[in-house]
Amino acid sequence: MKIGVITFPGSNCDKDMIYVWEQLLEQEVVNLWHKSNHLQNCGLVILPGGFSYGDYLRSGAIARFSPIMQQVAGFAAEGGFVLGVCNGFQILCEAGLLPGALLHNSSRKFICKNVFIKPEHTNSLITASLNTSKAYKIPIAHGEGKFYTDQETLKNLNEKKQILFRYCDARGEIGSESNPNGSLQNIAGICNEKKNVFGMMPHPERAADVELGNTDGKEIFQSILDAVAV
Amino acid sequence: MGKTIQKEAISVDTAIKLGLLSEEFEKIKEILGRTPNFVEVSIYSAMWSEHCSYKNSITWLKKLPKDGPHMLAKAGEENAGLVDIGDGLGCAFKIESHNHPSAIEPYQGAATGVGGINRDIFTMGARPVAQLNSLRFGNITNEHARWHLRGVVKGIGDYGNAFGIPVLGGEVFFDECYTTNPLVNAMSVGIIDSKKMISATSHGVGNPVFIVGSATGKDGIHGASFASKDISETSMDDLPAVQVGDPFQEKLLLEASLEIADTDAIIGMQDMGAAGIICSTSEMSAKGKHGMKIWLDRVPVRQQNMQAWEILLSESQERMLVVVKKGKEKIVQDIFDKWDLNCVQIGEVTKGNELEFFMNNELVASVPAESLVLGGGAPVYERTYSEPAYFKENKKFRIDSISIPNDLKAVADFLTTHPNIASKKWVTEQYDTMVGTVNMSTNKPADAGIVNLKGLNKALAVTVDCNARYVYADPEEGCAIAVAEAARNITCAGGEPSAITNCLNFGNPYNPEVYWQFVSAIKGMSKACEKFKTPVTGGNVSFYNQSASVGKEGGNVSNAVFPTPTIGMIGIIPDKKYITSLAFKKPGHLIYLLGESVNDISSSEYLYSWHKVKQSPAPYFNLEKEWKVQTALKELIQQGFIVSAHDCSDGGLYITLIESAMPYHLGFSIDIDSDVREDAFLFGEAQSRVVVSVSPEKVDDFLDLIEEKLNIDYYLLGEVVKGDIIIDGKKWHKIAEVKEMYNNALAQYMNE
Repeated sequence: MKIGVITFPGSNCDKDMIYVWEQLLEQEVVNLWHKSNHLQNCGLVILPGGFSYGDYLRSGAIARFSPIMQQVAGFAAEGGFVLGVCNGFQILCEAGLLPGALLHNSSRKFICKNVFIKPEHTNSLITASLNTSKAYKIPIAHGEGKFYTDQETLKNLNEKKQILFRYCDARGEIGSESNPNGSLQNIAGICNEKKNVFGMMPHPERAADVELGNTDGKEIFQSILDAVAV
Repeated sequence: MGKTIQKEAISVDTAIKLGLLSEEFEKIKEILGRTPNFVEVSIYSAMWSEHCSYKNSITWLKKLPKDGPHMLAKAGEENAGLVDIGDGLGCAFKIESHNHPSAIEPYQGAATGVGGINRDIFTMGARPVAQLNSLRFGNITNEHARWHLRGVVKGIGDYGNAFGIPVLGGEVFFDECYTTNPLVNAMSVGIIDSKKMISATSHGVGNPVFIVGSATGKDGIHGASFASKDISETSMDDLPAVQVGDPFQEKLLLEASLEIADTDAIIGMQDMGAAGIICSTSEMSAKGKHGMKIWLDRVPVRQQNMQAWEILLSESQERMLVVVKKGKEKIVQDIFDKWDLNCVQIGEVTKGNELEFFMNNELVASVPAESLVLGGGAPVYERTYSEPAYFKENKKFRIDSISIPNDLKAVADFLTTHPNIASKKWVTEQYDTMVGTVNMSTNKPADAGIVNLKGLNKALAVTVDCNARYVYADPEEGCAIAVAEAARNITCAGGEPSAITNCLNFGNPYNPEVYWQFVSAIKGMSKACEKFKTPVTGGNVSFYNQSASVGKEGGNVSNAVFPTPTIGMIGIIPDKKYITSLAFKKPGHLIYLLGESVNDISSSEYLYSWHKVKQSPAPYFNLEKEWKVQTALKELIQQGFIVSAHDCSDGGLYITLIESAMPYHLGFSIDIDSDVREDAFLFGEAQSRVVVSVSPEKVDDFLDLIEEKLNIDYYLLGEVVKGDIIIDGKKWHKIAEVKEMYNNALAQYMNE
């Protein structure tokens, strides 16, 4: 599958994402510039982490006006696969492609550490081949990652199986102890109703290289490839 | 265009107010052959400040070992040192202080420190891959110190996280000597294709000179001069001397700079740090032995009506000066346009050596570049020094004057939760430690940070170290220990020490006792660097880390911070299979201590904080023995005989053991060596000791190699067990309890 990774000014996980898809998953990858108006026939468009435009106003608030975001919106509307990680997730929420918002962490501090997340179900491309009873060790690194939405949207997200991952502990228990940032119902990642736009705060690309001692994140990406290949 | 200087000549009083000495004013008149005007005096006051000129330190810095088999750029030649790491790659690295700005504005002070040091690396064409920082604050129970800590950590985090380079190491230390003067030392490490290094030079008559990056504002004016005096009650008046950082601009500047590094359009590039435009124009011109004509009114500015001297001296961040090959301007312009950054021609290279600055067609300053810079006309002073009385007092300490506490477990718990020893995760979790996907120590903690060199079977090991209490106790031995500890950390991680950068934080150099600390530290650093073949590639000197001097010139040595020569070291791990974690892996593995057990508690956290004895010498240290232990350890690692290695440092052997046990929730059962006091054995900080674990299958090979070849002291401590801490057969703790104490202590001090 051809993968497009967008670089916004201030993206800083774009190269990491490209490295994983190109070198470790051996896919064709193109780097898409934010001023561009083409998605170059990619099967999956990824919005990587970083601090787009410095995120001085609100994370993702400016990046959603980048020219390429119009293309991303059109692509998503036609059912194209879009994944936002960290700042990419924030941009997708700001752009209205995903519901909810990402607020300042409850601690009011930036948090970077390994956490555990558990797939909610296997009803989406990104969780299709994951084990719903396994706690995946994936790092987070964000200051604004507390997922929030109104009660009705939350109810819908649950009912329509749009919740992809919840924060848990090493044993897979979901509780306030294992919630690193105060997200509603420990939500770490969601998708849209059509299940073609995905957003998550944890960084699978940081847990993909065997040389770094953790490949749980590679399994998440591999799930996408497996599902598309079928 | 007139060549006559238009402004009125000024008096020596104005020069003194700008921080110059009267003899320096005379020297300027001699150089110019006339009385300087205000702009010119401002230029000299910035360039001849301690911060830029190293005038009180350079004679001693020159005595440091500078050359090594792998040096591509030596100290002072470029913005940072450059070491050959093989495979056509170079490693550029440097450490710098941002102490004074952080003292009065912790957040921006620390943030711009991170920005500045990274610019030093990427201005050479290297992509930063790792950051480290070494921080010192007053006692954590003091709210002022906590204010410093909160602001500095947030500043480093907000800037570094957005810029997107992982933090791979650092240290945080608390002592009341840093209450007024916290120390904020930031280090950056970058990787470069050795053939593509950009030099900080300027030549080729007619070549255009560009300013790129942020617009110039009134922030940071006289920052270099501010950093060259003691912190006093009136320091808050200097707040405008603190710069404001914008990591987003820095990130764009990084990407644009590395893109132009890939072209053939560039003669030279230098970032603008201390003393702004005047510093980069003069240093590049002096290095390239040319002059420059600069039109200051073309510099993009943030506010109206900026004066010539303000534009010249502004320390606005995220700017670079670029000398472009004539005819290739468009290549450079297009790259900066792509990244939406300013890129404006402000001058051109001229024949000779004169820097001429114009404002609205009027010549406002004309000075020879060479006369401004270190190694050129900048003043050089020999300072007198004398041994302070406290030094002899320290040596009178006798261990017999201290009785062994009845409850050693209470001491252990005290040290486990001591802010200097407990986990620093309250700090480090605020930093992005994993961006870049090169941090090999996240899931495999080691004594040094390990940077993956993707695609190669080698890695880089990085560390910063300095126990300033040891340096205070004995500057020469203490500084040698700092180098030795850095090398030990690299070696424990499986690396081979390669080179160092230093950040020399001291008090007021006009005080002879402070200067004695400085001179002694340099001597100690020299001998240790020679032993480990780790040349000094550069760094920075920060004097005046001293609260206001009253009375005699240079104040009192007791008002100065501990002499703190922070050592940043890089090493090469020649094969990834040598990477060694500090963590015990499996119950049943044997635990050995390599090195000598000594009846010594000098300058330990135990002596200083538990017994509150503040006068003692540096801990036991023998450079030859240190070298032998490290050489032996390297061989044991490369032979594959050991499972883990962790050196004994702050808090002593007990702390080393719990730190090795915690990552995999294991415990240990050990016996105390009856030849030394129990307290010295568990909590003493005698140097040159490493705790290793060995699997039962490898233990014969391990012992044979030590006995037959390596010839070092060793001692069987005991073995790794499931989850208990057992000492002399008595169960002290479950590892989970220790972990809880160790991990949460700092957050509790921060009232969270």
